[in-house]
Amino acid sequence: MTLPDSARVEPEQAEPTTVDELAPLYRQMLAIRRMEEAAAKAYSQGKIGGFLHLIIGQEAVCVGSIATLKPEDYVVATYREHGHAYAKGIAARPIMAELYGKKTGLVKGLGGSMHLFDKATNFLGGHGIVGGHVPLAAGAAFASKYRGDGRVTVCYFGDGAATIGGFAEGLALAALWKLPIVLICENNQYSMGTPLYRSLAVEDVSLRALAHGMARDRFDGDDVIRVKRRIAEAVERARTTGEPSLVEIVTYRFRGHSMSDPGLYRTKDEVEEWRRRDPLNRARERLIEVGITAAALDALEADVKAEIEDAVRFAEESPAADAYLPYVTKGAQ
Amino acid sequence: MAVISYREALNQAMREEMERDQDVFVMGEEVGHYNGAYKVTQGLLQRFSERRVVDTPIAEMGFAGIGVGAAMVGLRPIVEFMTWNFSLVAIDQIVNSAAKMFQMSGGQFNIPIVFRGPSGPAVQVGSQHSQALESWYAHVPGLAVALPSTAYDAKGLLKTAIRDDNPVVFMEGETLYGTTGEVPEAEYLIPFGQGDIKRAGADITLVAWSRMVHVCLDAAKVLADDGIDCEVVDPRTLRPLDVPIIVDSVRKTGRCVIAEVGWPSAGFGAEIAYQVQRHCLDALDAPVERVCSDDVPMPYAKNLEDEVQPQVADVVAAVRRALYLDA
Repeated sequence: MTLPDSARVEPEQAEPTTVDELAPLYRQMLAIRRMEEAAAKAYSQGKIGGFLHLIIGQEAVCVGSIATLKPEDYVVATYREHGHAYAKGIAARPIMAELYGKKTGLVKGLGGSMHLFDKATNFLGGHGIVGGHVPLAAGAAFASKYRGDGRVTVCYFGDGAATIGGFAEGLALAALWKLPIVLICENNQYSMGTPLYRSLAVEDVSLRALAHGMARDRFDGDDVIRVKRRIAEAVERARTTGEPSLVEIVTYRFRGHSMSDPGLYRTKDEVEEWRRRDPLNRARERLIEVGITAAALDALEADVKAEIEDAVRFAEESPAADAYLPYVTKGAQ
Repeated sequence: MAVISYREALNQAMREEMERDQDVFVMGEEVGHYNGAYKVTQGLLQRFSERRVVDTPIAEMGFAGIGVGAAMVGLRPIVEFMTWNFSLVAIDQIVNSAAKMFQMSGGQFNIPIVFRGPSGPAVQVGSQHSQALESWYAHVPGLAVALPSTAYDAKGLLKTAIRDDNPVVFMEGETLYGTTGEVPEAEYLIPFGQGDIKRAGADITLVAWSRMVHVCLDAAKVLADDGIDCEVVDPRTLRPLDVPIIVDSVRKTGRCVIAEVGWPSAGFGAEIAYQVQRHCLDALDAPVERVCSDDVPMPYAKNLEDEVQPQVADVVAAVRRALYLDA
């Protein structure tokens, strides 16, 4: 079948790489995939409630881009953020426990799937209002400029955010004030159930950068090394010149918008075509091409399996969330 | 003690706090080169430079969100809305981001931000620029809501707001900027949740905030001529609300009138009326009265604008009803 316009990016060769570079990235992608598969299973068993938005199929985007950052750099994400949290250095245990609503969860069971936060790794959240977090990310970048601390902020959002005011205003101010930020549009083709061609007159989101004199890039997210190379350019620009960039990475989510969405608005052929470009499989094949030993690959995969099983066990066995926080002001009783 | 304007008191509060703490900065439309649409930020740009007095384009959601993001990583922004009417396009950032971040992040991220600007009806500026929105923000847990009625309160409350580690909605009376009052030279802070008796009296309690404090004080003067002694209680912050100061006053007087410039339906006065009946039922000699604006968007014509808003005569009438002096 023919891919929609939004998916058309110039075909590119896989980037040259080595086992040493690719193996840790593959390991992260695999852990995210397995963590989300485990979460989906727990959700279907009623152990995880509310909304659960899985990133399965898009792992190369968060893993490849966060690999370019220093620990002190900020990451701001949407409600589809388990992968970004993990890639930023948060362990699977507190993430999984948070999804379970447990006391040991990353935010003590008070945030849930959509609101992971971790001050220690400079992970500034998990935000649930589409596009509303783009100005927040610009604010973190504003603080870096105010202080001259050299940090870079990376902000993720979906193609669906391109139509909302928060995105437009965050983009405009980041450009006007030359904030050290990389705005990454994870174009997964759908805003919930609406395909891009029904929500944007011009489907190339990165073109919005031109109106603001901002650097832009757009490429296919099937190769984690390509994501890393291209985002590194934008991060370097932010770090050395303080200039923002808008980067659109074309990708695909294999599942519905959330666990409650079977994704019936898509054809089986379409999903199959994208599955053939699965960035996880590509990374694995590539790893073999560049010479990983079978034994090393097996060990890596076993290690991930054990890590996720441990995280699930930890979440299962943890005590329930036990208290909400006092509100900051005591309102009328 | 120096007598200065409400506007100057706010300006002093910001200047002093910016001098005290390098992380405090001001951001908003026309706050710098224009010296503030209402001149509250006058002179701050000259003193602190463009780094700390940041003029923004017309993008309330954008710069309110930038303030929240900057606060997440430790700065202490003062975000000025040219008027609170325009905060409605930024309300997602105030309610969904600023107010919730502390709880939602498991207590990891405080948001030390002040959203401030003129609020309440002004004079003949029409429906979209003339409204009181404090009930909206007072509804939201995670926010503090302050509404100073005097120059003294304005300075003391704003300094508290800037030092608070949590988001504060700071609503200045648009028609109060030119009013004057005594403000000490020495530094002082007014804690949130601590109301003030603006006039002591024995016969009836009037609860009011912001400009309505002055309307009630004028009504008290009129009523004093008839031998009626009003106590005027100004809670100063609606969230947190100083319930004890209201309860103590009503238990003393046995009667209560709540005067607010907001609309009656779901107005904050209803919450105060609930508190009064809950805590003072045995002491009440009459039903609690409320005085509000009429339940309509603000008309432009001066006579209709006056008719819609609570006036001294409306407060006087409510007091007389509560004293069973009129049928």
